Amino acid sequence: MTPDPRPLSPHLSVYRFQWTMALSILHRVTGVGLGLGLVLLAWWLAAAAYGPEAYDLVRGFTGSIPGRFVLLGFTFAMLYHLCNGLRHLAWDLGLGFGLRTAHASGWLALMAAIALTIVAWLAGYWARGL
Amino acid sequence: MAHLRSPVARARGLGSAHTGVSEWWRQRLTAVALVPLCLWFGASLISLTGADHAHFAAWMAEPLHAVGLLLVIGAASYHFKVGLDVVIEDYVHTEWAKVTLLVVNGFGAVTTAAVSAFAVLKLAL
Repeated sequence: MTPDPRPLSPHLSVYRFQWTMALSILHRVTGVGLGLGLVLLAWWLAAAAYGPEAYDLVRGFTGSIPGRFVLLGFTFAMLYHLCNGLRHLAWDLGLGFGLRTAHASGWLALMAAIALTIVAWLAGYWARGL
Repeated sequence: MAHLRSPVARARGLGSAHTGVSEWWRQRLTAVALVPLCLWFGASLISLTGADHAHFAAWMAEPLHAVGLLLVIGAASYHFKVGLDVVIEDYVHTEWAKVTLLVVNGFGAVTTAAVSAFAVLKLAL
């Protein structure tokens, strides 16, 4: 079957690039990425239910250097999607559509996500006693 | 002149079944639920950093933790399923590929959630 030739959204190429577009696409990218996070969560929980050997396999991965980078990515993805999601909820209520406000809230969401990621990881290392 | 319209034209004129926004609404509902749930989940993961199996099993034995995790799994899986559906509908315009991906997304989300939820119950009970 050939694709329907009707005009379909999103037609991104007709717009001049603005960095708020990057924030918008980052919301989508982090959302899709967090789906992989749900798979990792399922692996972790299932391994724990299976027993100590399976659990230690997951722990070996999440504790390794590549595993830590993956977890760091998920931490940022979750916190950015959360902060920017609050922006979306405000828009759904009809709030914050002004250009200045929308730019400022975008910056705030990104900076808050970065700051909270750093805080979360410092807290994690502190909890571990390293 | 309504009596001159064919039955199908009349049916078409009936308008919306009012379910068109239900997925949109549930996406927002799960989003709101996930704000406190994610904060709790994140804080729990921090407290579980480096936990061995015994430590994690003991944490899971706490009923509130199991209930919290089940809510996280349910809300996040539903939210993700609806969100990825929208992404698929935006970028895949070939009908068979779109429908296939929507089905795979639905099956995948439900299966992942079932695995997680069963594991939580097995550990908690």
